[in-house]
Amino acid sequence: MSTFLANIGRFFLNFLQGTGHFILFMNQSLMIGIRPPYYARQILKQILEIGYFSLPVVGLTATFTGMVLALQSYTGFARFSAEGAVATVVVLSVTRELAPVLAGLMVAGRIGAAIAAELGTMRVTEQIDALSTLSTDPLQYLVMPRIIAGTIMLPVLVFVADIIGVFGGYLVSIYKLGFNPGNYLHQTIQYLKAIDVISGLIKAAVFGFCIAIMGCYHGYYSRGGAQGVGSATTNAVVSSSILILIFNYLLTTIFFDK
Amino acid sequence: MTKYKFPRIFLKDVHKSFGTKKVLQGIDLEVNPGESLVIIGGSGTGKSVMLKCILGLIQADKGIIQVDQQEVLNASRSELDKIRHKISMLFQGSALFDSLPVWENICFALLQEKKITRTQAKSYAAEKLSAVGLPADVADLYPAELSGGMQRRVALARAIAPKPEILFFDEPTTGLDPIMGGIINDLIRTSVNELGAAAITITHDMASAKKIADRIAMIYKGKIVWQGPAKTIEKIDNPYIQQFIHGRHEGPIKVDIK
Repeated sequence: MSTFLANIGRFFLNFLQGTGHFILFMNQSLMIGIRPPYYARQILKQILEIGYFSLPVVGLTATFTGMVLALQSYTGFARFSAEGAVATVVVLSVTRELAPVLAGLMVAGRIGAAIAAELGTMRVTEQIDALSTLSTDPLQYLVMPRIIAGTIMLPVLVFVADIIGVFGGYLVSIYKLGFNPGNYLHQTIQYLKAIDVISGLIKAAVFGFCIAIMGCYHGYYSRGGAQGVGSATTNAVVSSSILILIFNYLLTTIFFDK
Repeated sequence: MTKYKFPRIFLKDVHKSFGTKKVLQGIDLEVNPGESLVIIGGSGTGKSVMLKCILGLIQADKGIIQVDQQEVLNASRSELDKIRHKISMLFQGSALFDSLPVWENICFALLQEKKITRTQAKSYAAEKLSAVGLPADVADLYPAELSGGMQRRVALARAIAPKPEILFFDEPTTGLDPIMGGIINDLIRTSVNELGAAAITITHDMASAKKIADRIAMIYKGKIVWQGPAKTIEKIDNPYIQQFIHGRHEGPIKVDIK
C-alpha cells in the first residue's frame, strides 16, 4: 500500500516538476526571444516549412472532412426531413471546430515531431552548445523563429482549410446528394458569422504556439542519444495534441458559452 | 599575448555534481597567456564538464571560475556573452550545423555579428579551409557529405575563423586514424601559435598531448592529480601519470567496469 502511495506521490511530484520546468522554458524563450537580434532568415525558413509544406496534408484532411461531414449530416438529417441544414452544419462545423482541430493535429504530427527531432539531434550532437559558444543564443536562433512561424502560419493554414473543407462539402452535396448549387451556397453564407471564422483562426494561433513550444521544449532538453530523440519526438506530438484538445474546449467555452 | 599579466583562465576549488554523482571535486587550474595546456584523464573523469563549466554551458555548484579575471559563475547573460566572445571551441563530434553549408558553418559567428557580408564570408571560408588543408570547393558541401576527418578540419576552421583569444579542443583526435590525428594535432599547434591564443585541449591520446602541450595536467575523479611541463611527463615518478601513459591495469587509477 505504501509503495502504491509512494508511486502516486512520485508521479505527482514529477508532473509538477515537469510543468514548472516547461513554464520556465516558455517564459525564458519569450523574454529572450522578444529582444534583438531577430533572425529573419530563420523565421522565413520556418514559415515556409510550417506553412507552405504543410498545405498538402492540411488541404487533403480538410477536403475529405468536408465531404464526409456533408454525407453524414445528410443521412442523419434525412431521418427528420432536415436535409436543408446540411450546408449550415458543414460550414459551422468546419470553421469553428474541424478545420482548426484537425489541421492542428495534422501539423502537430508533422511539424511538432520534426521540430523535436531536429532540436533533439542538435542537442545530443552538441550543436546547441556550439551555438552558445559562437555567441548565438539558441533560444533566439532556434526556438523563437519556430514559435513565431507556428503562431502565424497555423491560422493561415486553417483559413485555407476552411475554404477547402466547405468546398469538399459542396462537391458531395451537389454532385452526389443532388443539392441545388445556388441554394447550397446561399445557405452556407446565410448563417455564417464573422465570429465563426475568427474563433477558428484564434484557436489556430493558440494551437500553432502549442505545437511549436512543445516541439522546441522536448527537443531542447532531449538527452540520451537516438533513444532520447525518439522519446522527445513522441512526447512532443502527444503533449501538443493533448494541449490542442484542452485549449479547443477552453476557447470554445470562451467564444460560444452562453 | 604579453598584454595579459594574469592567467587567462583561473579555476579554484570548482565543484560540480549531477544528482549524487560528484563529477568535479575541487579543480584548481590556471592557463597563462599564450600557453597550450593539455588535460589528460580517463573517460568520465570530468574533463568535458570542466570545459563546459568554464564556458558557462553548465553551471558549477561552487568555486571560482574566471576568464580574464571576469567571474563566470553567476555571470549575467551579457557578461557570459562577453566571455564567450573571446573563446572558440572544437567539439568532440565536430558539432557542425547540419542545415548549413560548410562556408556558413565556418563564418557563422562573423555572419551573426554582421562583421562580414555573405559574399565576403564565402571567400573568407575558402581562406580558412586552405589553412586547414582543404580545397575551396568543400565550402559548398554540407557536413553530412564530408568524412569524419574533413568534418574535424572544418570544425577547426570554424573555431579559428573569429580569431579567438582562447581556444578549447575537446578530444580533437578521437575517432580519427593516426595520420589524420597527426594532421589535426599539427593544425592545432599551428593555429594556437599563429593566433597567440591560450588553449586548453582535452585528450586521452598521449601522442596528441605531447605534440600540442606546453604544459600537461592530469585529472582523476574530478581533481587535478598532477600538472607540469609537457617535456617532463615521461620522466615523472607520479603513479597516476605512469599508469595512464603506459596503460597499466595496476595502479592508483581504478576503472569502474560496472
